[in-house]
Amino acid sequence: MIQVRELVKTFGDFTAVDGISFEVAAGEIFAFLGPNGAGKTTTIQMLTTLLRPTKGAIALDGLDPATHPLEARKRFGIVFQDPSLDGELTAYENMEIHGVLYHVPRKTRIERIERLMTLFELWDRRDTLVKQFSGGMKRRLEIARGFLHTPKILFLDEPTLGLDPQSRNQLWTHVKHLNETEGVTVFLTTHYMDEADRVAKRIAIIDHGKIVAQGTSQELKSQTGADSLEHAFLALTGSTIRDERADAGADQMRQFAKMWRR
Amino acid sequence: MTVIYILWLREVKRYSRSRPQIIASLAQPLLYLLALGFGLGPTFEKAGNGSYLQFMAPGVIGMGILFTSIFSGIGLLFDRQFGFLKETLVAPVPRMQIMIGRTLGGATIAFIQGTMVLIATLIAGFRPQHLAMIPLAIVFMALIAIVFGALGTTIGSTLKDMQGFQLIMNFVVMPIFFLSGALFPLSNLPIGLAAATRLDPLSYGIDGLRASFIGLSHFGVATDLMVLTGVAVVFLSLGARAFSRIQI
Repeated sequence: MIQVRELVKTFGDFTAVDGISFEVAAGEIFAFLGPNGAGKTTTIQMLTTLLRPTKGAIALDGLDPATHPLEARKRFGIVFQDPSLDGELTAYENMEIHGVLYHVPRKTRIERIERLMTLFELWDRRDTLVKQFSGGMKRRLEIARGFLHTPKILFLDEPTLGLDPQSRNQLWTHVKHLNETEGVTVFLTTHYMDEADRVAKRIAIIDHGKIVAQGTSQELKSQTGADSLEHAFLALTGSTIRDERADAGADQMRQFAKMWRR
Repeated sequence: MTVIYILWLREVKRYSRSRPQIIASLAQPLLYLLALGFGLGPTFEKAGNGSYLQFMAPGVIGMGILFTSIFSGIGLLFDRQFGFLKETLVAPVPRMQIMIGRTLGGATIAFIQGTMVLIATLIAGFRPQHLAMIPLAIVFMALIAIVFGALGTTIGSTLKDMQGFQLIMNFVVMPIFFLSGALFPLSNLPIGLAAATRLDPLSYGIDGLRASFIGLSHFGVATDLMVLTGVAVVFLSLGARAFSRIQI
């Protein structure tokens, strides 16, 4: 469903993604793990037509997002790592715009919005402006919104960042359900190794823009001789703390600050 | 169609919810109208040009539309900063539709803002000559709103952050306003200035407004309409092109 070959993205003299290749089969849940600044989000941005690759080839359901962006966009849905809501609109209005943008028929849209907002406990606050929401509520709204249409491929970029355990549980239950009943292919990133361990069939670990290991959780553990995925991850990527790329970092920090301020 | 509509609606909703912004963007044209209209009025009249308030009211209406439409286009920058832009960019709809919806939304807001300035000028003492010409004035107001809404979208798609904003303000928006003849008659100008005013699309908008409100035209209504329509097409294409190339 997703094929990536020798993908490279450079910003000036900084190489964010350095010749990665991987494949995700249809109906698979695939976790893409790595420390901060490893190139996860950049990869997702290239997969989702937001950035043009410097080099390399991508095929989403056989389509190249760079040359057929519109067709490619019809295939996927995405929950972004950083906020992408309109704070000046109400929660319901944000859901509604998404439904219209993704051509969800009116009747289905109204039903699903209510169901998803109830599931993520936002229904009572549907007419509140999103800028008045707490960080966690905004996050839940983004996730509920991501589930409004059923794409062939679902990208989840650190979806559980800032979520409480209850919402996290709802999220993964819902993702597994979609995967099992609708055969949705899921491409996710997360910093929580237990989540990846729990839902992902296969895992790729990226560090400094390169894929350092790929396989099932079991394979990664036995490859490194670790007893948990977390230890395997640390063994593969080392224990130094990473900084994000500075210019994108500043922007993200601002957004981060906004997200956590009430 | 529903995509264009919902994005248009979004702009209108956001506008109607930000009262401070509405008032702030009314203040500037009114300040020009009152300070210059009454301040320069006596001199203008002595020079034999009639009432300055009558003369500059269409200019101030054009100013209100210009500022509001360009700023709503630059609002793209805020969407970029707060992330909502991404949400629209990955959606499975042609970016052309997104751009059109936004631009029409911005133009609608600018049109409403222009109407409010018009009402304010009426209160200040402005009297349109022929009521029958009001529909033509509405056409010109709408054209100005679309031309500069599209220019705003083009600028908003090209800028990466707010740092370029001051530059745009000083080197694009203010010159467009000052060179448009909003504040002075376009006849008998030094040749350099005359050439500059002819290159400024707003000149034709203000001229059209003046023609419809007070029966005074420099270029002629037909020229005004043709130039504005042509420029609208050019700016809309530029905007669509710039918007479709946005990368995050």
